[in-house]
Amino acid sequence: MKQKYLPLTATIFIFVLSYALCAAQYPNILSTRVIGNLLTDNAFLGIAAVGMTFVILSGGIDLSIGSVIAFTGVFLAVVLEHTSMHPLVAFALVLMITTLFGALMGAIIHYLEMPAFIVTLAGMFLARGMAFVLSIDSIPIKHPFYATLKGLYYKLPGGGRITLIGGLMLLVFAIGILLAHRTRFGTNVYALGGGTATAKLMGVPVASTTVSIYALSGLLAGLSGIVFSLYTSAGYSLAAVGVELDAITAVVIGGTLLTGGSGFVAGTLVGIFIQGLIQTYITFDGSLSSWWTKILIGALLFAFILLQKGIIHLSRDNRKRA
Amino acid sequence: MQTSSENILSAVRIDKGFPGTKALDKVDFHLRRGEVHALLGENGAGKSTLIKCLTGAYHRDGGSILLDGTEVDPRDTFDAQRLGIGTVYQEVNLLPNLSVAENLFLGRQPRRFGMVDIRAMNRKARELLSQYELELDVTRALASYSVAIQQVVAIARAVDLSGKVLILDEPTASLDAHEVAMLFRIVRRLKARGLGIIFITHFLEQVYEISDRITVLRNGRLVGTRDAADLDRRDLIAMMIGRELAAEIHSAHANTAGGEPRYRFTNYGRRGRIEPFDLNVRVGEVVGIAGLLGSGRTETAEVLFGAHRADSGTAEIDGRPVELSSPRAAIRQKFGFCPEDRKTAGIVGDLSVRENIVLALQARRGWTRPISRAEQNRLADLYIRALDIRTADREKPIRLLSGGNQQKAILARWLATEPEFLILDEPTRGIDVGAHAEIVRLIETLREKGMSLIVISSEIEELVAYSTRVIVLRDRAHVAELDGDRITADQIVEAIAAANERRAS
Repeated sequence: MKQKYLPLTATIFIFVLSYALCAAQYPNILSTRVIGNLLTDNAFLGIAAVGMTFVILSGGIDLSIGSVIAFTGVFLAVVLEHTSMHPLVAFALVLMITTLFGALMGAIIHYLEMPAFIVTLAGMFLARGMAFVLSIDSIPIKHPFYATLKGLYYKLPGGGRITLIGGLMLLVFAIGILLAHRTRFGTNVYALGGGTATAKLMGVPVASTTVSIYALSGLLAGLSGIVFSLYTSAGYSLAAVGVELDAITAVVIGGTLLTGGSGFVAGTLVGIFIQGLIQTYITFDGSLSSWWTKILIGALLFAFILLQKGIIHLSRDNRKRA
Repeated sequence: MQTSSENILSAVRIDKGFPGTKALDKVDFHLRRGEVHALLGENGAGKSTLIKCLTGAYHRDGGSILLDGTEVDPRDTFDAQRLGIGTVYQEVNLLPNLSVAENLFLGRQPRRFGMVDIRAMNRKARELLSQYELELDVTRALASYSVAIQQVVAIARAVDLSGKVLILDEPTASLDAHEVAMLFRIVRRLKARGLGIIFITHFLEQVYEISDRITVLRNGRLVGTRDAADLDRRDLIAMMIGRELAAEIHSAHANTAGGEPRYRFTNYGRRGRIEPFDLNVRVGEVVGIAGLLGSGRTETAEVLFGAHRADSGTAEIDGRPVELSSPRAAIRQKFGFCPEDRKTAGIVGDLSVRENIVLALQARRGWTRPISRAEQNRLADLYIRALDIRTADREKPIRLLSGGNQQKAILARWLATEPEFLILDEPTRGIDVGAHAEIVRLIETLREKGMSLIVISSEIEELVAYSTRVIVLRDRAHVAELDGDRITADQIVEAIAAANERRAS
């Protein structure tokens, strides 16, 4: 088997194994209802994690995602409460804002040669601050259109539901997979992760690719914010704190190399499922503290970092012998 | 202006200056269709500057470049590539994490319905590589293949993109004999297709094996262009190093050190890095280490200095066994080591010249006993004067100094610890001609003062100039030792070449 599939295979193996263990203890976990909920509950995280996958594949990082989600939620709540704007128009407007916001960060990273960590950290404070400027309270969204959207679902056999937002996440993943693996843009993202200087020498449009990557991450963070506001029916400036870290975790557990250049969008989906599964198990158990989620995810993250180190080490040895 | 239709690339009176030096002085260079043209010269002769002017990596100050009879002015290497000038460097400039096919077609992948047609891309990649006698799984990551294969992939990409002129910059430096043979077969085939090929290398055998014509540069000037068949090796070396230096070389090691060896390494080695070797070094002796890249030169130095612990053999100083298990232990035995890549392993760019100089001495004393500022100033000033380090003052960040001056500052760092056994790995790499001579002179002075030195260099003439003995390495093993009158450029080259032939057979 090719080495690049190794982390992804490990992720899938861990997911199947843990799912089997959970199912052995609680057979109900196999029901479509649980699966439907898994999709719905993690929809906003999954959508944001797709953007994060592209950013990390290119060798960057985007810390602003959680704040952008909160900003989006507050923006929608305020606009829908104070104006008569239709939610769809508000969606388009907020997506434009977050996309531009991401593009701006990408431009700063590229043209001012600043580390992505610092630029997106600044973006994180900025977006969170803007959310507070709009409102410091949690504002409920009571627009009838929201109720309509929440009522849309596809009924699975066995009573499970794929809600609009759960389906949207799967769609975003499908598009993300195509974008990463079947377009020139996708290859350019991997090329940047392999080495910016070399990529430039080989004619990769480094500037436009970098800007596009962060714009994409901004767009998907905005979309994730819309999904989050649908999920919670509210906008609150203190919401979604640390979501960017959950997204990074899903990406890394999904087998993407944190230094960039190697990984799969599909792996991120499995990473999301693993996190969701742990959460579900703890809910089923009822007696475990929810902090066990964090502990297990922490341990998994460590295991994957070790696995990646091991693979890098192996491939280096191989090359020496070749 | 002399242009004829047989010249595919003509560079006329190219000028390029850098602050303080004239890197190229009205250099003419003509490349014919279907020839392999070797571009030779010592480090700092201006080879790479000329190449960078041709490929647009540098902007020339004067002169003109004609490609296929029309004047061109490439803005950058990518532009040059589009015009028809492709370059393949020693360090393969491809992306190791992408597949072979993606590397070949990056930016021009075949598409269907807006999506990359991976199957078509892989098929085209296989077709392209089959012209180069390569049967690869093109979907695998480039990193999973050897450097030689990566090199060929880089050539395939460059030729496919450019197709007029191919520049090979030290392509064989890290290849073994079989791989070189494969590369040369490919080069001959491209030559037959009418490409003009510029070939840069340090290996004179390879020059004679493959080139039709040879152009020699020295100190940024054109020495001459000759047909390879009419130029014998002695004349070529004379063109490259000049008579003055040749004369100097002969007088250099008149007085070789005598006496008992002070440092004895017996059966010393480390599995997987360097085969066990015996090495004795006397007081006041410079032992040169020659060999191709990857032959185990740096590995030898690292084992001697304890950077990688030896797993066999013993080390003795004055008959007393010592344990060189780490650089700290080696420093305690008064060893010093200037590593090869000063950018990553040597200088601390943002610290001042003074701080860089006292670094090793401070490390040996331990951080609990700081060197007083006055003492630091004294040391820094002493070495800035003694080694003639050109810096405005001792507080200047070292990254602002030229390569040669950085190298001298690192030397100063080790000299400040007053070592008795000093290992220098490529002390003259990447520094200009003037500084070059100064470093060589400095090595001589240190030897006369009674220091024992190990000097690794890929420049054979330089080894000849200062070594009292030369050890030749091949395949991570010590294979030959030359001393006294046998230390000549020809002998060393022959020893390396002989070693390689043995491997090939």
